[in-house]
Amino acid sequence: MTDAAAAASETPLIAARGISKSFAAIEVLRDVDLDLKHGEIHALLGENGAGKSTFAKILAGVHRPSRGTLALNGTPVEVPNPIAAQKLGITLIHQEPISFPDLSVAENLVLGRTGGSPLGGVPWVEMTREARRLMDLLGVKIDVTRPMRGLSIADQQMVEIARALASDSRLIIMDEPTAPLTPKEVETLFTIARRLRDEGRTIVFISHRLEEVRVLCDRVTIFRDGNKIATETIGNLTDADIIRLMIGRPLREFLHKTRTSIGDVALKVDNLTSPGLFADISFEVRKGEIVGLGGLVGAGRTDVARALFGVAPAASGTVAIDGKTVSIRQPSQAIDLGLAYVSEDRAVSGIFRTLSVEENITAAVPKQIAPGGVIRRAVEKALASDSVRKLRIRLASLRQPIGELSGGNQQKAILARWLLTDPSVLILDEPTRGIDIGVKAEFYEMIGELAASGRAILLISSELPELLALCDRVLVMSEGRLTANIPRADATQESIMHAAVPRTRVAA
Amino acid sequence: MNALKTILLRREMGILVVIILFCLAVGIVKPRFLALDNFRTMLMLVPLIMIVAMGQMLVIIARHVDLSVGSTLGFAAMMTALMFKTAPDIPWYLGFLVAIGIGAVLGFMNGLTVIVFRLPAIIVTLGTLYLYRGLTFIASGAKQIDRQFIPGPLKAMSANAPNFWFPWILIIALAVVLITYWFANHSRLGRQIYAIGSNPVAAPLRGIPVTAVTLTVFSISGALAGLAGIMYASRWGFVNPSNTGWGFEFQVIAAVVIGGVSINGGVGSVLGVVLGVLLLGCVSSALPLLGIPGTVQSAIYGLVIIVALVIDQSVRERGIQALTTARGART
Repeated sequence: MTDAAAAASETPLIAARGISKSFAAIEVLRDVDLDLKHGEIHALLGENGAGKSTFAKILAGVHRPSRGTLALNGTPVEVPNPIAAQKLGITLIHQEPISFPDLSVAENLVLGRTGGSPLGGVPWVEMTREARRLMDLLGVKIDVTRPMRGLSIADQQMVEIARALASDSRLIIMDEPTAPLTPKEVETLFTIARRLRDEGRTIVFISHRLEEVRVLCDRVTIFRDGNKIATETIGNLTDADIIRLMIGRPLREFLHKTRTSIGDVALKVDNLTSPGLFADISFEVRKGEIVGLGGLVGAGRTDVARALFGVAPAASGTVAIDGKTVSIRQPSQAIDLGLAYVSEDRAVSGIFRTLSVEENITAAVPKQIAPGGVIRRAVEKALASDSVRKLRIRLASLRQPIGELSGGNQQKAILARWLLTDPSVLILDEPTRGIDIGVKAEFYEMIGELAASGRAILLISSELPELLALCDRVLVMSEGRLTANIPRADATQESIMHAAVPRTRVAA
Repeated sequence: MNALKTILLRREMGILVVIILFCLAVGIVKPRFLALDNFRTMLMLVPLIMIVAMGQMLVIIARHVDLSVGSTLGFAAMMTALMFKTAPDIPWYLGFLVAIGIGAVLGFMNGLTVIVFRLPAIIVTLGTLYLYRGLTFIASGAKQIDRQFIPGPLKAMSANAPNFWFPWILIIALAVVLITYWFANHSRLGRQIYAIGSNPVAAPLRGIPVTAVTLTVFSISGALAGLAGIMYASRWGFVNPSNTGWGFEFQVIAAVVIGGVSINGGVGSVLGVVLGVLLLGCVSSALPLLGIPGTVQSAIYGLVIIVALVIDQSVRERGIQALTTARGART
């Protein structure tokens, strides 16, 4: 931040005090105090789920805080919704901007401005001129009369920034804006961000990329587990400091590892490549082994899992199961070969919400329950109730719609479904996301037991303590590539994070 | 970007191609089809569909649908005709206010139900399709209002006026088209309709009054169906509780969809819908001329709709890449 701007205004633009936020019973943000000064670029850093995005969304009126107060230039304010935020001069720029794809760029810029009669004419000429002026101000070349659909993400972000300027926003929040951009686009974005800062506007920049934060930002605030850990001038912190502050939580007590005897190679992957998603992925998982796959969200871990399972087959590379090279083009082949995939987002690709628990559990084994195409109710019921007992799924009735169960019990039911196929290789993608601590512990035990019974397990997880406690080895991916293969003895939070954080070269 | 290329890439080109090909093909078999005389016959077939299609277009752009327009038309026509029958002294032109008003109220009820109960419009208006038709039967005692009760000047509006080449109902339809064109493209409210249909999630975040806009759109659709109701009485000189407007919604929706309005909302143009209506008019007038028996006409009609959509789709896919880089093509 420039000295002039600091002198001009001692009162911070935003003063947040005791901001807390709970969703259902889970507190995701706890008593956050934070000042945003005039004319600074302020980075929010933290692991996934640390609370930085929630905080940003509270500023922008997307969420309302459960407790706490906000002051704008020293005056207490309420930000009940995004429109109120816009009127206060606060704009949130989403990573994938919200727009009206069928309307023109110029229309997207002015839509929603209040005042005037609904039957008032749309001043096409002035609107277009104003839109061009804003684009010129940003120094970007976008035809403002073309429809929004088909614009690159970078250009859509520019339109959003132009919108912020149109409403003369004093605070512009960018939520991981650079993730979908090319290096050149990142450079353009940074140039514009600096110019806006020099005009005295404040920019909040959320990113995982330390290099970018270092190059662009004046100050940084680090979040962890819903708490604000520190706010510092960026020059006062080393990368190692930042990573330590981001992850420095104690290992949870209940995580313990049951040793297993490790056997032959069950899954071998060589040079698996899918352009744009991941490249040159090679690793193996042995029978009885739990191999972790760590990295940040978007590093390509789920894409690898989807490729292995035949959901979105890779372009090149080989996969061998039990020493035999196989070609998996669709999930049914994967299932026949003894693979199972518990997907990341159970609501989207895991459960059949309106079907019963019983039907969900037996969904992957149609041949067992319906030889010849006719469902044997007795067999279905026996298989399902057996699973429910083994996995301690808590439910009212087998005929209950699975959507009524808690998240943890839904997840158990999905695991039960895959166990019925008697898989030799299990891919678990964020299996404990969003489930409560008690059920989590049960899950860890189950994963240990599955490995002990000789299955090979690939565990994708963003929770470092989970990887450290359960895995025999931890692979780490960053931006579509494997960056580390860390044996259990050497695996620490620091070593995993160092391999996970992208080191993008950015021109200063 | 040169102007000609912009025109050729327009979304509506596909349907225009279909119309020209169809007319040429029929004209080769029956040269009389291309005669001025037949052109006028054809034009008399379209004003009612045209008017109702304008309202339906707005509803579909907002990502809803109005299946009740045929019944709304029937009810408004019946109530207006009943008024003429019971109070013959009322000035005939007040019938327009009554019909439009009744239509607007029925449309408003559709919109209100959709908003308040958060039900899909297709379900709500399927219900009111039968409800409004039922009310028509109740109000009329299931009896037709015959020719002698419809005011003479009203019926005259569908005849060729001596000074004009076009009858009045065509001029009204044309006026509705022009007003809708202005409304859709040049009014703030019109733009908001496109925005809501294009991204319903974002619309409230951008401060668009979604409830008010939705109610307005359904009210407009109902009002235009009401207007078409009194024009039905003018055109045919009677109102029948079971025939008037029966099945009309499907012709209207067919015309709107053929005209390139996306059933997913956000996309559609007045020009396209006008062409869609004209295509249906061409087909309707060609079939009897070609001597195709009445029993087969329905099937051919349906076939033409599908073929038109297929041709339109392929023309559009070829132009789509260029379209997205061309300047905002809508209008």
